[in-house]
Amino acid sequence: MGGLQKKKYESGSATNYISRNKARKKLSLSLADFRRLCILKGIYPHEPKHKKKVNKGSTAPRTFYLLKDIRFLLHEPIVGKFREYKIFVRKLRKAYGKAEWSGVQRMKENKPAYKLDHIVKERYPTFIDAVRDVDDALSMCFLFSTFARTGKCHVQTIQLCRRLSIEWMNYIIASRSLRKVFLSIKGIYYQAEVLGQTITWIIPYQFAHDHPTDVDYRVMATFTELYTTLLGFVNFRLYQTLNLVYPPKLDGQGEFSLKSEFEEDYALESESYTEKLSALSASLARTVPSVEEEEAQLDHFPAEGEDLEKMEARERTELEQNKQKKLFEGLKFFLNREVPRESLAFVIRCFGGQVSWDKSLCIGSTYDETDETITHHIVDRPTIDKQYINRYYIQPQWVYDCVNGKILLPVEEYFLGVTLPPHLSPFVEESEGDYVPPEKLKLLALQRGQKPPEEEEEEEEEEEEDEDDEEEDDQSEDEDEAEDEANLAEMEEKRAQGKSLSVKVTPGKVKPENRMRTEQEEKAEEKRLAIMMMKKREKYLYDKIMFGKKRHVREANKLAAKRKAHDDANKADKKTKKKKC
Amino acid sequence: MRPTHSGTMSTLKHKKRNLEENEDEQLPIFDKDVGEGVHHLTLDDGEEDQGDLSDSEESVFSGLEESGSDSDDEEEEEDEEGVSEEKSSDVEGDETADGDGDDQLSAKEVIKPQTDGQNSKEKKKKKKAAGKEGGKEGVASDTDSGLQISSQVDEYEHDTSDEEDIRNTVGNIPMEWYKDYPHIGYNLDGKKIFKPIRNKDELDEFLDKMENPDYWRTVQDKMTGAEIRLSDEQVDLVHRLQQGTFGDVNFNEYEPAIDFFSNEVMIHPVTNRPQDKRSFIPSLIEKEKVGKLVHAIKMGWIKPRRPKETTPQYYDLWAKEDPNSILGRHKMHVPAPKMKLPGHEESYNPPPEYLMSEEERLAWEQQDPEDRKLSFLPQKFACLRAVPAYSRFIHERFERCLDLYLCPRQRKMRVNVNPEDLIPKLPKPKDLQPFPTTQSLVYRGHSSLVRSISVSPSGQWLISGSDDCTVRFWEVSTARCLKTVEVGGAVKGVAWNPNPSICLVAVSYDDTVVLLNPGLGDRLVCTATDQLISSYEDPEEVKDQLVQWAVAEGEGHELGHRLILKHPKTVRQVTWHGKGDYLACVMPDNGSSLQVVIHQVSKRRTQNPFRKNKGLVQCVSFHPIRPYFFVATQRYVRVYNLIKQELTKKLMANCKWISSMAIHPGGDNVICGSYDCRLAWFDLDLSTKPYKVLRHHKKALRSVAYHRHYPLFASGSDDGSVIVCHGMVYNDLLQNPLIVPVKVLKGHTITHDLGVLDVTFHPTQPWVFSSGADGTVRLFT
Repeated sequence: MGGLQKKKYESGSATNYISRNKARKKLSLSLADFRRLCILKGIYPHEPKHKKKVNKGSTAPRTFYLLKDIRFLLHEPIVGKFREYKIFVRKLRKAYGKAEWSGVQRMKENKPAYKLDHIVKERYPTFIDAVRDVDDALSMCFLFSTFARTGKCHVQTIQLCRRLSIEWMNYIIASRSLRKVFLSIKGIYYQAEVLGQTITWIIPYQFAHDHPTDVDYRVMATFTELYTTLLGFVNFRLYQTLNLVYPPKLDGQGEFSLKSEFEEDYALESESYTEKLSALSASLARTVPSVEEEEAQLDHFPAEGEDLEKMEARERTELEQNKQKKLFEGLKFFLNREVPRESLAFVIRCFGGQVSWDKSLCIGSTYDETDETITHHIVDRPTIDKQYINRYYIQPQWVYDCVNGKILLPVEEYFLGVTLPPHLSPFVEESEGDYVPPEKLKLLALQRGQKPPEEEEEEEEEEEEDEDDEEEDDQSEDEDEAEDEANLAEMEEKRAQGKSLSVKVTPGKVKPENRMRTEQEEKAEEKRLAIMMMKKREKYLYDKIMFGKKRHVREANKLAAKRKAHDDANKADKKTKKKKC
Repeated sequence: MRPTHSGTMSTLKHKKRNLEENEDEQLPIFDKDVGEGVHHLTLDDGEEDQGDLSDSEESVFSGLEESGSDSDDEEEEEDEEGVSEEKSSDVEGDETADGDGDDQLSAKEVIKPQTDGQNSKEKKKKKKAAGKEGGKEGVASDTDSGLQISSQVDEYEHDTSDEEDIRNTVGNIPMEWYKDYPHIGYNLDGKKIFKPIRNKDELDEFLDKMENPDYWRTVQDKMTGAEIRLSDEQVDLVHRLQQGTFGDVNFNEYEPAIDFFSNEVMIHPVTNRPQDKRSFIPSLIEKEKVGKLVHAIKMGWIKPRRPKETTPQYYDLWAKEDPNSILGRHKMHVPAPKMKLPGHEESYNPPPEYLMSEEERLAWEQQDPEDRKLSFLPQKFACLRAVPAYSRFIHERFERCLDLYLCPRQRKMRVNVNPEDLIPKLPKPKDLQPFPTTQSLVYRGHSSLVRSISVSPSGQWLISGSDDCTVRFWEVSTARCLKTVEVGGAVKGVAWNPNPSICLVAVSYDDTVVLLNPGLGDRLVCTATDQLISSYEDPEEVKDQLVQWAVAEGEGHELGHRLILKHPKTVRQVTWHGKGDYLACVMPDNGSSLQVVIHQVSKRRTQNPFRKNKGLVQCVSFHPIRPYFFVATQRYVRVYNLIKQELTKKLMANCKWISSMAIHPGGDNVICGSYDCRLAWFDLDLSTKPYKVLRHHKKALRSVAYHRHYPLFASGSDDGSVIVCHGMVYNDLLQNPLIVPVKVLKGHTITHDLGVLDVTFHPTQPWVFSSGADGTVRLFT
């Protein structure tokens, strides 16, 4: 043997990781600053494969960072800024203590600030990376922009968030890249496709927030700091790709048309422009006065076999998308005052519709309620007094369902005072074996171009069906009886074979063999036997997978059963009502 | 409110001044002590000059100070007196006139500058005086005092306390130092102050106390030693001080506060000081400073401060993006997963099946928030208008933030296994035929458990032994019970002699083994067997046998009993050697040396092969070809060579308790069934450990069997099933046996938690018999 004995924990994974406290000491930062740095630089703890080895034999719960990550943080200019800021705070406190107000003033003016541009560039080396990661940034900015301008964070942050979110929405409108919308109980989810990336964000409903006490707003503010920087740059680049002026400007005619006498009443001169932008009712100015956008035609390449199929599929989806983009084109909407204006205006404008609202509701309305050319009037109350003849009065869900269904749905189910059909999540894509709600099936049928049967007819049909059912039932009962008899005979046969000691030979019947069935049975048996021969470990894995599958099926069945029970109850209700009538 | 305010840096200067004033404060007190004479005046003058130099805004200052104290006025008066004595006479008259009435004085002073404006010097003096006053205690200015209600008498007017102190010049020393001297100190002129001539003694004191009515108010002055009688006022003062009230009777603690410097703008200035001259003259120092700044600006040394950027500037950050520039840490980078997209149940108007029922809701509420499958309760709202704010929105965002920066990430390889791939590829059972597939016959007749079955070597007959103390003989093909033999106890084991030329069956019950001649089949064989048994002749030398051999006679003989072997203990299993001459019996008894006996039927001899048995013997078996003997104890199978009389192998079964064992007709493979649901296949050439352990049964195995010709083996278990497996043993030594389960045969009903008790194969056909706890024997073909 010979040679030096190797010491433990001096190589391998123990040296690749560093605990949080050690990292903090290495960087000589306070915990809060370390946290901020990690957030900004996107450093996260790693879970080592062998925790005990990394923890040098101890099993105490610790968070570990990669040593490389921490080394990478060491030469980050922002660490210096943090230290500067710490000193600044100390000086300021001293000045306050001594009541040196002019000193305080001066120091406040020279407050050290840092920029996150380089960090954004570093974290997202390419633009696509940044776009891919913009989900959380959007959700956060939209949340912060709804905060009241008091208390929880700086007013500038809130204003910046508002500005960025408006810019984003305007971009989505201009590029018409919205794909899906979902009204959930938490807020409104939007999904857009930007440069080939699907981006989902959520906006809370427009209510004042009940600020929870167990949330650390400093963490959120740090994230927002990064996210605003990221979103700003992303917006800039996106506007550039569409040849839009970056700090967004309204289109010349749009600006003109938005002039109204209410303007002064509505907002200050300084704010009115952003307010007009946030109205989302006018299009944006372009750097290159655009001729109507030419649709990028897919080039046709000679292709064969699978490629051809793929190509065709792609073309089909392209066509579908184009169609969806122009979903509301030519339609004129008017929003009543109780509907969520911003959301609806955003969605309608994203699909090419025209939208307006009452002048007193918000700046930027383009036409009045009295306009004769309005096709849809969106109302969210049971009745409305004054109704115009040549327009539909519909509930807001119609707009969202149309967007998700990619077609203009029949408006009958969405009239005022009508019980709305369920609003389905567009994000669920049912694979085989999943439970598909009947509404979804209906929607799919509509998309395929099949006309749904009319309500009344349906009812009649239902009745007919009921009768049919009964008849069928009768028939089936007959069949059942026949089957039962056969079964009985079989049983008797068996018994004759087995138990009955009195030897009595009955002429055997030739059983018609169901080949398919026997084959299936054979296969099943084969499988069962093969499963018996599995190794223990594989068996465990197999059982686990099968358990998961079975649970899935069980859940689907449960949902289906629930739905059936509900429908039956409904039907029974209807019938009793009818009878009463 | 500050009419004479001229300076720009007022506040700072002001404070500075204030400090100076405070320093000054002590000085005048000293002055006062020193004197009233000419000294005072000169000193005062000096101070005035000083004041002039530094003091630019006296009025302001005086205006700010508290205005209450009247003593100042008195001092002022004194000063003024001094001045006026020298200068003017008419004023003096005034001053003296209002010696006691301060308010009047102040009124006069207010008026004075207006009326007697010509007397400039006087005025100046006055001002200086005022300045001094301000310096001393923060004086009320002229106008102030005018407003002040100052009806109080000046308490220091008749105050002689200072003089008292000065009468004796020794200072503040302990007076007992003068105890031994006749004097007590020195007066101002340096003369001795003598003590009173005679000190009072106790008696004097007492007399004084008795006689002098003012004794209680008499105090001794320590400094002079004189006795002083306190006046009424002084006594009052002492009382008041004792009570903790103000010393001055007339002092009103609760005077109405007058707010001079309120937010109300008065028409008249608070002070009436005329503005300083320097407030009209441009300051040279300032001019110089400004000049410097102007020059610096002209030269471009000073630049205006750049306006701060409040809004962040955005530009094309990715103008020169380099897709190849990846971070050093990129290799280990684990991008954060995106948030899960919402399903139907999160909708504000979900389909009814997604809403929770009452029980589900309750269950949801009972769960820990971490365990919940959904983090929210699905709800249905009739219209969008009715949807409230989601109370946990900020929480959820915050949790996402925490996840992003705090959650340890790990790259986990998820194997996306298709479960079908996990199933081993085995030859199809169809290709491995023939094997029994269906239950074709049921042999009914026994009323209790059928513990053991055996098939005749020809395959025509079947014997079964049951707990109802009978042995039944069946015809295999028809399931007819040909014969029933009653024995004296529950039958534990039956075994048909494998020799086709002998028709003999061994039946064990209790401690007896009976050799039966069923008399079935070929008559010739039967008679030959009978002859064989009856032709036995007792050997010459009679040895002591372990077992009593007896020949059945009479009724027993009629029934078929031929030989009866009485064992010392209960016999559990009987098994024949392949040749049909030897018979092995197992009498399980832990620790005993007599657990296994081997009988030789032809010689009616019994031998105990083992001197000592290790463990509890479960079953034994002869090797089909070679002279080996297999003994299975609870956990091991031992293989003995009968000729060499030694242990050749010890197989470890890896199970808790072996129940049964079977030897492959080739002799190189053994299967063992155990009570812990396992079936172990041993390849004797390979290892002493099982080549394969099969866990096919759900319950304890009771019996295992090999087919004599076909590559089949079967196992029967308490779960009521018989599993038939294809067990191919190849002649090639390098190729391991192939084991494939081919059929699960079910038919027996489970009674008393027992299912199948014995299985055995048909000697020629691929048929398997099984006997069960339900009292039946079944044939699967």
